[in-house]
Amino acid sequence: MMATPTLANAPTLAQRARNIRRNALLMGEVQGQGYIAQALDIADVLAVAYFHAMRFRAEDPAWEGRDRFLLSNGHYAIALYAALIEAGIIPETELESYGFDDSRLPMSGMASYTPGMEMSGGSLGLGLAIAVGMALGLKRKRSASRIFTLFSDGELDEGSKWEAIMSAAHHQLDNLIAIVDVNNQQADGPSKQMLGFEPLVDKLAAFGWFVQRVDGNDLGAVVGAFDAAMAHSEPKPRMIVADTLMGKGVPFLEQREKNHFIRVEPHEWQLALSALDAGEQP
Amino acid sequence: MKSAGPTPSAKPRPTTSAMIASIAAEGQRTRPAPFGNALVELARSREDVLGMTADLGKYTDLHIFAQAFPDRYYQMGMAEQLLFGAASGLAAEGFMPFATTYAVFASRRAYDFIHQTIAEEDRNVKIACALPGLTSGYGPSHQAAEDLALFRAMPNMTVIDPCDAHEMEQIVPAIAAHRGPVYMRLLRGQVPLVLDEYNYRFELGKAALLRDGADVLIVSSGIMTMRALEAAKALSDDRVNAAVLHVPTIKPLDAEAILREAGKPGRLVVVAENHTVIGGLGEAVAALLMRAGIHPAFRQIGLPDEFLAAGALPTLHDRYGISTAEVTRQIKEWLR
Repeated sequence: MMATPTLANAPTLAQRARNIRRNALLMGEVQGQGYIAQALDIADVLAVAYFHAMRFRAEDPAWEGRDRFLLSNGHYAIALYAALIEAGIIPETELESYGFDDSRLPMSGMASYTPGMEMSGGSLGLGLAIAVGMALGLKRKRSASRIFTLFSDGELDEGSKWEAIMSAAHHQLDNLIAIVDVNNQQADGPSKQMLGFEPLVDKLAAFGWFVQRVDGNDLGAVVGAFDAAMAHSEPKPRMIVADTLMGKGVPFLEQREKNHFIRVEPHEWQLALSALDAGEQP
Repeated sequence: MKSAGPTPSAKPRPTTSAMIASIAAEGQRTRPAPFGNALVELARSREDVLGMTADLGKYTDLHIFAQAFPDRYYQMGMAEQLLFGAASGLAAEGFMPFATTYAVFASRRAYDFIHQTIAEEDRNVKIACALPGLTSGYGPSHQAAEDLALFRAMPNMTVIDPCDAHEMEQIVPAIAAHRGPVYMRLLRGQVPLVLDEYNYRFELGKAALLRDGADVLIVSSGIMTMRALEAAKALSDDRVNAAVLHVPTIKPLDAEAILREAGKPGRLVVVAENHTVIGGLGEAVAALLMRAGIHPAFRQIGLPDEFLAAGALPTLHDRYGISTAEVTRQIKEWLR
């Protein structure tokens, strides 16, 4: 199942990433607000996860043989919905229901609402602990499935993350691939100013993980990191530290200050979509 | 706990604020490690049963399970958030983890993890916690006076407060047969044996009238049922007839049995619980009666709304009114 990055499939992933960004912008427009800058920054990672690395069946999101994707940072739900729509797990028509009453797409990701959503996030710092349990469970079942979990750099502030980081190494969970989105933006400001976490690679390596740090908006680099994480032979959990740019792909959003939770004026959504189309021709 | 001194001049043995103390009275019939043994028994017939703990295997009787099924036992280290998050993950993969720690750590430190990863996701995790209520003399760090209130307030959670070894042995298979998250209080070590003499069987969600009496109805859970039964015997010496309704399932409450018994006229209703008087069985019963328009004379026996002292359990149970002698005395006073 291991695909190697080739020039032939790179454009496809770029297309996927652009569609994920587009879906996210369309959902953002529905509500006029949201964690849209994060969705734009993580779209490349999600494209690689869903369309290069993970095994899943769109028509059967609970298929036992699937790779599990745990979204720890529940406020990135808009990004994951965008990927799940692109993957055909959620019909595109549901996009318009984002955030409305009785929608399967609430603003914060919850397991009980959405097909393909494996956990309830929102309260930060939960995902990696659940991932440890699932990875242990998969090993018990002698399953070849993997756990992928995404969390945000701000979650490194939570002690529970470090409990799970220690535990995953202790239990040699080589079926666990975690991705931390280092966009250096938390609710109150730049992540590194809130509670410093560098040098992150050294720290995680010292905790017993196989660690790679990549530009999370360089598709080729992300593909390489996923491939290396999956191919790595040591009995260690794997971490991909993905440095990303908030608002990636929409220049005027990349430059907007305080873009943790942004408001976008009604006329700007079309501008954003146009900017995306203009800027991302593969 | 008095020991007969060998000589009249011997000093009485000082009582201590030990973390772990047996709640069994001297000479009381006990059975060792009923939870651990029952879990081993269950695991023999159910391969999905796992044991997990956060550095408290020995102190929750889970070490017995660990010895019997070492490859189904997960030592998670002293990390309660991880313990419950990982339990949720294992349950998501189809297993039924029994996760143990002390009640204080589950209810206070790891509450959000249980709320979000277990209750909200409706995962089939059984949480079994030692040192419930006031069963440690170690001070508030280990006294879980508010665990029932906290878990009662959590949607999807079933909450159980067992009385003795006999009941705990029956609770383990009963909660395994129930799909969904459960919080059960755990009595460990040498656990009193009481209910086997009452032809009692635990049924999830059911209260049981253990004895009848015309003057006072004691509605109780956990070790306070043991105290209530002892108090009822003492009261009968004074020709006071006490009924005891044992309510081991705090949530969902057996409204039918409680309303039936509390609705019988002419009886004082006393709720006795090893828990703060805020938010536990007492207030649950009071609210139930109010909603049903049943208004008996009503009293609560339970722990006060304060940080409890460190000290020997018998001293503390007397001080806070949950010893047999104090239960008896209070009821007599209320009936005067």
